[in-house]
Amino acid sequence: MSGGSYYVPDQSRFPIFMAVSLFLLVMGASSTINNLDDPNSNSVYILYSGFACLFLTMFFWFRQVIKEHLAGLDSNQLKQSYVYGMAWFIFSEVMFFAAFFGALFYVRTLAVPWLAGEGSKGAAITAIELWPAFESSWPVMTTPDQGNEYDLADKSMAWPGWSKALLWLPLWNTIVLLSSSWTVHLAHLGLKKGNRKKFNVYLGVTVLLALIFVGLQALEYYEAYAHYGLKLNSGIYGSTFFMLTGFHGFHVMMGGFMLAIMLARSVFAGHFEQHDHFGFEAASWYWHFVDVVWLMLFIFVYIL
Amino acid sequence: MSAVIENHHDDHDHGPAKGITRWLYTTNHKDIGTLYLWFSFAMFLIGGAMAMIIRAELFQPGMQIVEPEFYNQMITLHGLIMIFGGVMPAFVGLANWLVPMMIGAPDMALPRMNNLSFWILPFAFFILLSSLFMEGGAPNFGWTFYAPLSTTYAPPSVTFFIFSVHIMGASSIMGAINVVVTIMNMRAPGVTLMKMPLFVWSWLITAYLLIAVMPVLAGAVTMMLMDIHFGTSFFNAAGGGDPVLFQHIFWFFGHPEVYIMILPAFGIVSHIIETFSRKQLFGYSSMVWAMLSIAILSFVVWAHHMFTVGLPLAAEIFFMWATMLIAVPTGVKVFNWVATMFRGSLTFETPMLFAVAFVVLFTIGGLSGLMLAIVPADFQYHDTYFVVAHFHYVLVPGAIFSIMAAVYYWIPKWSGNMYDERLGKLHFWLSFIGVNVTFFPQHFIGLAGMPRRYPDYALIFADWNMVSSIGAFLFGFSQLLFLFIVIKTVMGGKKATDQVWEGAKGLEWTVASPAPYHTFSTPPKVD
Repeated sequence: MSGGSYYVPDQSRFPIFMAVSLFLLVMGASSTINNLDDPNSNSVYILYSGFACLFLTMFFWFRQVIKEHLAGLDSNQLKQSYVYGMAWFIFSEVMFFAAFFGALFYVRTLAVPWLAGEGSKGAAITAIELWPAFESSWPVMTTPDQGNEYDLADKSMAWPGWSKALLWLPLWNTIVLLSSSWTVHLAHLGLKKGNRKKFNVYLGVTVLLALIFVGLQALEYYEAYAHYGLKLNSGIYGSTFFMLTGFHGFHVMMGGFMLAIMLARSVFAGHFEQHDHFGFEAASWYWHFVDVVWLMLFIFVYIL
Repeated sequence: MSAVIENHHDDHDHGPAKGITRWLYTTNHKDIGTLYLWFSFAMFLIGGAMAMIIRAELFQPGMQIVEPEFYNQMITLHGLIMIFGGVMPAFVGLANWLVPMMIGAPDMALPRMNNLSFWILPFAFFILLSSLFMEGGAPNFGWTFYAPLSTTYAPPSVTFFIFSVHIMGASSIMGAINVVVTIMNMRAPGVTLMKMPLFVWSWLITAYLLIAVMPVLAGAVTMMLMDIHFGTSFFNAAGGGDPVLFQHIFWFFGHPEVYIMILPAFGIVSHIIETFSRKQLFGYSSMVWAMLSIAILSFVVWAHHMFTVGLPLAAEIFFMWATMLIAVPTGVKVFNWVATMFRGSLTFETPMLFAVAFVVLFTIGGLSGLMLAIVPADFQYHDTYFVVAHFHYVLVPGAIFSIMAAVYYWIPKWSGNMYDERLGKLHFWLSFIGVNVTFFPQHFIGLAGMPRRYPDYALIFADWNMVSSIGAFLFGFSQLLFLFIVIKTVMGGKKATDQVWEGAKGLEWTVASPAPYHTFSTPPKVD
């Protein structure tokens, strides 16, 4: 709002606290994972303390930024920095998913057929010498080593055909997530028209839909493990399926958490103005991004 | 809330805070730039010490000094530390110091995040280095950490390595976002895109590459983590995955990464050659377009690192030609630098010496790169010392010479003092001779078939290895002279003028030397 000079914050303790939190977090995570077999290991407490410090630091850091904003310290130029910053952050997230989608496309179109003997390169020899019984298909239900090292799944999450479509969880997940993108947009429209009630209601519905999505996804994982025999270690299909949907689910939780905070800010603190609500906009961009990733997942992991 | 408001009014007037908290809590781009540069220097010395161990072992055939297992840890950590701890933070430090001053901005766009990007690094490298003392030793699979060496056969410390790469990546991404946002949003009125100094351009492109590929690296190490500990089979053919998939993902990150380490160097060298030729740069816009082309091409050449893994013929041909195409924009740049010097009033102060050496030696590295791009030839050269010679030519007299050139060129502006020209020249000549004596013979032993990453070798390679080691010791120990020169300059010396260099152009030369703690609190006018 103020057209003055660019706001350069004074010294701040948050960044170094955040760095220490990240240090605790990754030290805790590494030692916990390395000591999974050791019931006496205390590493997990380092991990928890890292999480706790991280959340606390983020809470106070964001609170500070919001205070500065409410005090009118940030110029339009600084707001533009936040806009660009968020956009590039989402781009980096896109590239993170690109690595996993790239892996999926590579194994589906190249690695698995090669393992079954297609193509003229060395893979054909692997097929004949090592795993002659392996046949190329997607989803890969029987691994090249015939389940020697891996647990074979009985059933995949793929499209079950029209007759069973209504009982197919991914379809409902798609409906839920697409609707949530629509409701968050309606909330945005409400805010832009100055209709706080509409904003709160639709944002609340969005957060609810996010929760439903996460619940359905948890149900799907339960089904996979309990009834389909489909696990993380079910070969490359299980690997790509759980990593892609898992990271997506994790991002849904983060996005939903952001939106829930925006809802709380609006309901309890009356934050956000008709023409000044980038915090919400950033969270909603993130939400739309998560939605687009799901559409890609729905097409390439579930349907095709 | 009131504390926040009251604090800010006199923000731009006061100097740095006192004591250690100045460095821990700082939001000042110059402080953070200094932190980055010193951190990178420390890592450069640690990584360099590892190189000395490697060359000492290779001084003679046979096993003398270290165990093969430890040797493998040294080559791995040397690579990782020099790349992620030495070269990249040095360039980020230079960006911190220079980009805001060059575009007339008061600071970086997101100063607190800037501090966070830096302070992650000491922790990340603490974790990486501490793996040396863990059971099973430090990572020993080479800096490229190919699966299954880095998964099935890795020491337990690989988990710590994976997470330290994760937070290094987070640091790089945040740093890069900060640079992009600063350049896009904080230019003083009149600094249009095509009027930006080339160093700023080079960093805009570099930051874009960083944001695009660091997450891919994060994906690669995450897949490793899952393969090692949670039973996935991304890189295991028995489960339907493919170890070659690791290489594809890694090099999709890795090739843009090598340009991340050279594009800022292009920017630096363009400034220095322009200044000491006392001429306008021969072709500004062609330099910008060349950098953009190199950056775009960097995304479609990754498999030239993998010609011997059994790619389909069509892929080999595509990646060969795409790689060779990079020679065109690179050639545009080299000819540009040469044409800038042509009929200029040249003087050879230390920065210029490093810059000219950069042009010559980087071109040698580029040409051996062209040789490696030829598929049938690469079948012969792959994983030999020829490759080692190639990438050290582009990284040491390439990236690192440009960093040293930048330090000599801008240190009068940073510290207010001139460095000792005689010592600077001595440092240059020792480094120049050392680097060539080290790496030029590696072309010969590589072409003769000596494989990389072995602590021992056949007798026929003995002579050139000894020469190479002598050169390495010369180069390594000369860097202590560099440390001495930098400290001496910071402590005192002849006062620098504001202009510093007769032919220097750009906003950073319009402010006092040393640059005040806050510059351009109100944007300067540029036409």
